[in-house]
Amino acid sequence: MSGKPQTPAIDGWHTMASSPHLIGTRCRSCGTYSFPKQAHYCRNPDCEGTEFEELELSRTGHIWSYTNACYKPPEPYVAAEPFVPYAIAAVQLEKEEMVILGQVVEGVTVEQLKVGMPVELVLEPLHETDDDIKVTWKWQPVAL
Amino acid sequence: MSNEIAILGAGMHPWGKWGHNFVEYGVAAAREALADAGVPWRDIRFVSGGATVRCGYPGYVAGATFAQALGWQGAEVNTSYAACASGSQALAAARNKILSGECEVALVVGADTTPKGFLAPAGGYRPEDPDWVRFYLGITNPTYFALYARRRMDVYGDTLEDFAAVKVKNSRVGSKNPRARYRKCFSAEDVAASAMVADPLRLMDICATSDGGAALVVSSLDYAKRMGKKHAPRVSAISTVTPTFASGVIEMPDIATDSAAAEGVEAIAYRSKIPLKAYEEAGIGPEDIDLAEVYDLSTALELDWIEDLQLAPRGEAAALLRAGDTALGGSIPVNVSGGLACFGEAVPAQALAQVCELTWQLRGEAGDRQVDGAKVGITANQGLFGHGSSVIVKA
Repeated sequence: MSGKPQTPAIDGWHTMASSPHLIGTRCRSCGTYSFPKQAHYCRNPDCEGTEFEELELSRTGHIWSYTNACYKPPEPYVAAEPFVPYAIAAVQLEKEEMVILGQVVEGVTVEQLKVGMPVELVLEPLHETDDDIKVTWKWQPVAL
Repeated sequence: MSNEIAILGAGMHPWGKWGHNFVEYGVAAAREALADAGVPWRDIRFVSGGATVRCGYPGYVAGATFAQALGWQGAEVNTSYAACASGSQALAAARNKILSGECEVALVVGADTTPKGFLAPAGGYRPEDPDWVRFYLGITNPTYFALYARRRMDVYGDTLEDFAAVKVKNSRVGSKNPRARYRKCFSAEDVAASAMVADPLRLMDICATSDGGAALVVSSLDYAKRMGKKHAPRVSAISTVTPTFASGVIEMPDIATDSAAAEGVEAIAYRSKIPLKAYEEAGIGPEDIDLAEVYDLSTALELDWIEDLQLAPRGEAAALLRAGDTALGGSIPVNVSGGLACFGEAVPAQALAQVCELTWQLRGEAGDRQVDGAKVGITANQGLFGHGSSVIVKA
């Protein structure tokens, strides 16, 4: 990679720290977490909450299921040439009781993954622009 | 039962990649359904169209588009968008119109022209749109199908051979369907030799996108009787329920599920809830079903649906498949049309195509695909944005 600055692919969805977190919200009325952030209304049908605290979600969880992308996705995905397949995991966060999707870090293939495997959140490049390197969250198996 | 309507006619334009405007497919299907019903076009008082969002304004106003193409004759129109359930929602609108007494006979039409390859979102930088976000992060439709398939392998012990067997089964029966796009009989070896798309799903495990059109002529039971068609198949139930918070399964196009962390909230799998209202409305249970047309976006998903429809206990659909019970001639044939595996998805037409197949089956007109003595059939499908449907048709 070049010496370009790293910036988030999607602004405000995760911290940029070395131990990064996804940024979600928690309803001040009922405690429901949301990712991406929820600003105006709570998804809980029994809650009329309109105030949400922004917080960092758990950065560890367990794989609910996993797969990979063997073919280049269409735009707006920005693919490297040649296209390099990547693994994808749906990860269960225990405290938040929700599942969040993301790519798995480069170099890890589906053969190395299992349902229930512990993973943690890291940042990795998604693609490069003329000015910067766009990074996003990816799941890293803890034991690999 | 008081909420039933009659299906007087069914019609389809064959599925394929014909390269025509979607209106052509819709009109062809509509004319076939009208002829089948023996109802003159001018007698139709309501035209209910499934919207196709890829075809600009004529697709957004599908009801009016089809009515105009058939020749304006003053009928009221409606256009429904409900992703893969659009056809069922359009059918539900027609049913409401009929049951309220506002019209006696209606035409329901869905047709689509689909692009090649992955379905993709609109461009730009639009992080507020979950469909844009997931594609930007590299998550396509097959990703979701593959996550469910892998879950089945890990939790229930399903195998790649099971998934391939669904394709083999559906291609065998689909080869006998003149309206299907893919009519070749595939072997398990063919499936295994096809390219991996989203592990564990290969190209032949995943349905294509197609052009196609389907239509139904539906009426009050009274009208059917006056037409001399009192034995026409009847729509006994239509469920188009939306999900219940909190979503327990990651659904297209979302990047995350709801959180079930709040007190009193539990995670609920939407797909299994869709048929419940249909069973309740029809006053029957899964044991009464003779055949099912389910949305096999992937081979593995057909197995999920069999359990969601309660045709097998959770985790046991593959056992049913292995025993041959879901094949033509088995105890509960599934997708005897050939399913999406043989058709490829033509979104606003697909839910209606499922009902067309049930109609022909319940009339005993399905030829080489006929399920002997079929009296009750059910459809099921699910698409984006909390849309899904299940329709029960009785002979």
